[in-house]
Amino acid sequence: MKKMLAGLAGVAALAFASVAQAQDTIKIGVILTLSGQFADAGVQMQNGIMTYVKEHGDTIAGKKIELIFKDTGGVAPDIAKRLAQELIVRDKVDILAGFVLTPNALAAADVSAEAKKFMVIMNAATSIITTKSPYSVRTSVTLPQVAETFGNWAAKKAGVKKAYTMVTDYGPGHDFEAAFQRAFKEAGGDIVGSVRFPVANPDFSAFVQRAKDINPEAIMIFIPGGAQPAALGKAFAERGVDPSKIKILGSGETTSEQALKSMGDSSLGIITAWHYEYTDKSNPKNVSFVKLFNDMHKRNPDFFSIGGYDGMHLIYESIKKTNGKTDGDSLIAAAKGMKWDSPRGPMSIDPETRDVVQTIYIRKVEKVNGQPQNVSFDKIQNVKDPVKARMPK
Amino acid sequence: MASVAPAISGPHQYLQAQTRWSRVEIAFWLATLLPFVVAPNYLVLASQVAITALFALSLDLILGYAGIVSLGHAAFFGFGAYTAGIISKYGWGEPLSGLLISGIAAGLLGYLMSFVIARFRHLALIMITLGFGFLLLEAANSASWLTGGADGLQGVRMWPLLGIFKFDLWGVTSYWYSLIVLFLLFLVSRRLIHSPFGLSLRGIRENIVRMRAIGAESRAHLQKVYTISAAMAGIAGAVLTQTTETVSLGVLDFQRSADLLVMLILGGAGRLYGGIVGAILYMVARDQFSGINPQYWYFPIGVLLIAVVLFLPNGILGGLAKITASERLQKWMRTLPPWLRGAS
Repeated sequence: MKKMLAGLAGVAALAFASVAQAQDTIKIGVILTLSGQFADAGVQMQNGIMTYVKEHGDTIAGKKIELIFKDTGGVAPDIAKRLAQELIVRDKVDILAGFVLTPNALAAADVSAEAKKFMVIMNAATSIITTKSPYSVRTSVTLPQVAETFGNWAAKKAGVKKAYTMVTDYGPGHDFEAAFQRAFKEAGGDIVGSVRFPVANPDFSAFVQRAKDINPEAIMIFIPGGAQPAALGKAFAERGVDPSKIKILGSGETTSEQALKSMGDSSLGIITAWHYEYTDKSNPKNVSFVKLFNDMHKRNPDFFSIGGYDGMHLIYESIKKTNGKTDGDSLIAAAKGMKWDSPRGPMSIDPETRDVVQTIYIRKVEKVNGQPQNVSFDKIQNVKDPVKARMPK
Repeated sequence: MASVAPAISGPHQYLQAQTRWSRVEIAFWLATLLPFVVAPNYLVLASQVAITALFALSLDLILGYAGIVSLGHAAFFGFGAYTAGIISKYGWGEPLSGLLISGIAAGLLGYLMSFVIARFRHLALIMITLGFGFLLLEAANSASWLTGGADGLQGVRMWPLLGIFKFDLWGVTSYWYSLIVLFLLFLVSRRLIHSPFGLSLRGIRENIVRMRAIGAESRAHLQKVYTISAAMAGIAGAVLTQTTETVSLGVLDFQRSADLLVMLILGGAGRLYGGIVGAILYMVARDQFSGINPQYWYFPIGVLLIAVVLFLPNGILGGLAKITASERLQKWMRTLPPWLRGAS
């Protein structure tokens, strides 16, 4: 009998200990694409997250941070939603984070809204995502934020009157095309033509020739990374499109680290708009971030990494502000209006839309130490997501 | 069992003996209720396992029984999923009628496709089904006004099941719903397979030329089973849409067709429970492995697949059947009390 009582006491103590422990940890469920076609994006985001945790420790407001990583394996909102449900029901997470792809983020946002859990979107860039859950916030970028800002800049500051657009024929390409054209026309520019090419397009000669024949002042391109930028760069060089005469404009992905490597010198002169560049040495925060990132992961960070890094910053600072309270209402209230200096520059969370407000940099590819590199020469500060600004309140 | 063997004399008796429910089968279906009690936190996963099992069962009907190799079965799954999503988006969120409409829509598409399918065998079929899958994926991608394109379909809202049961965060309703749909369609498949129609399908699978020679119309049979299978796949897709309230291009992806084939091979093609066992094994293994390592979970699954194909060429169920049929085991079984032996 005595033994049994002791045993019971032991069980009770254990149960108590596990409750106490649960109160001392804050669990964050991170849903990423860590396998399949988008694996590298997920890995780079994870790297960014781990860099922040390494830099700032894993204890905040007296509580230990525990990260649980989950893989959706690609575009799979059904799996993303299930993982979000399981993270909340089974693992009892307090915060949902990650999200490389828009459909996955949209599906998980439903869960965040229903379970009233704080949700940090660290990449997915379609405007509407943050409207789906009042507990969601974004730390990456929205596509129109870049595209409309760029369209406006091209017409007003660069003095381009006639532009031609070339985009990859898929969702983000269509969105970018529409946003750029809209802002460009509103600012007084004229779209003289546009073309969409297939996602896996090996040769761009015909498309480039057609664009050249129309003789626009600028060609706006949007293509995903991989082998495509090199093929496009080659076509521009072969068809004799001179970036000093016809401006070549693109989004940040067009001249990413990998793309610049594969394009080589044919990338020189391309002008892009983007929110983050790892080679930017003017910001000491970025220099130390890149150094730590290089040490930890043996490669350079990209915009997925910075989304993850700043997402973790927002989570940490919000928890500090709520003094360790992790319910959705407290955390989202703390996150609204948060301002900080990120490696990408000053940024904040719009208190009304819960979306990211940041500087968009206009960069040109130039040779730095013999290597093509994005060099920023103009910037537009405090850019909000233009789509949500137009939405009726 | 030795005691049953002499009773089988004609084809009718053979078919009747097949339709009898064995104790293992009853135990299996009772076990599907276990998650409610044992693992209430795993119900969402369980419901997706049930959906995948239904999808695998639909492939088993054509691949395992009729010998129609398909690498594009996700086309019907996706077609059903999008149909269910689109009718819900435009104001009709009643799940049961939505399910029926989606099943009919996918069945119709399957019927149209079956005219092509029934003309070819083997390699040519792989290419045709693969191409058909890609075509449908591209069509859904470009028709973004209807399907939402790469962002996925937005605004799918389901009404409560029967007007009472809301699809909840814990997945209780989802699992009941998908399990019942799976069980009902399993009953249909079981009846089908154990009918003379099912028997002739197996004949076609084994030797299509001889079936024609004995006067069995093979093309009509193939068309029929393909249409049924497409409708079932469409229903599986619709259940996924309804329980998750999301649809995206992922439902039409080649990866989905390929994963399905892996499941069927794991479980054992040409066996009623092959797809179901394969789906359970694959989904649970995936959940557990990716919990341990979210990046490289495909590796252990690959090892598992190689091991199964190497050591159990007819899948797990095929291997089990071989073991239970072995002389030594039979001998040992006879020493057991009768209630333990089951009716298999």
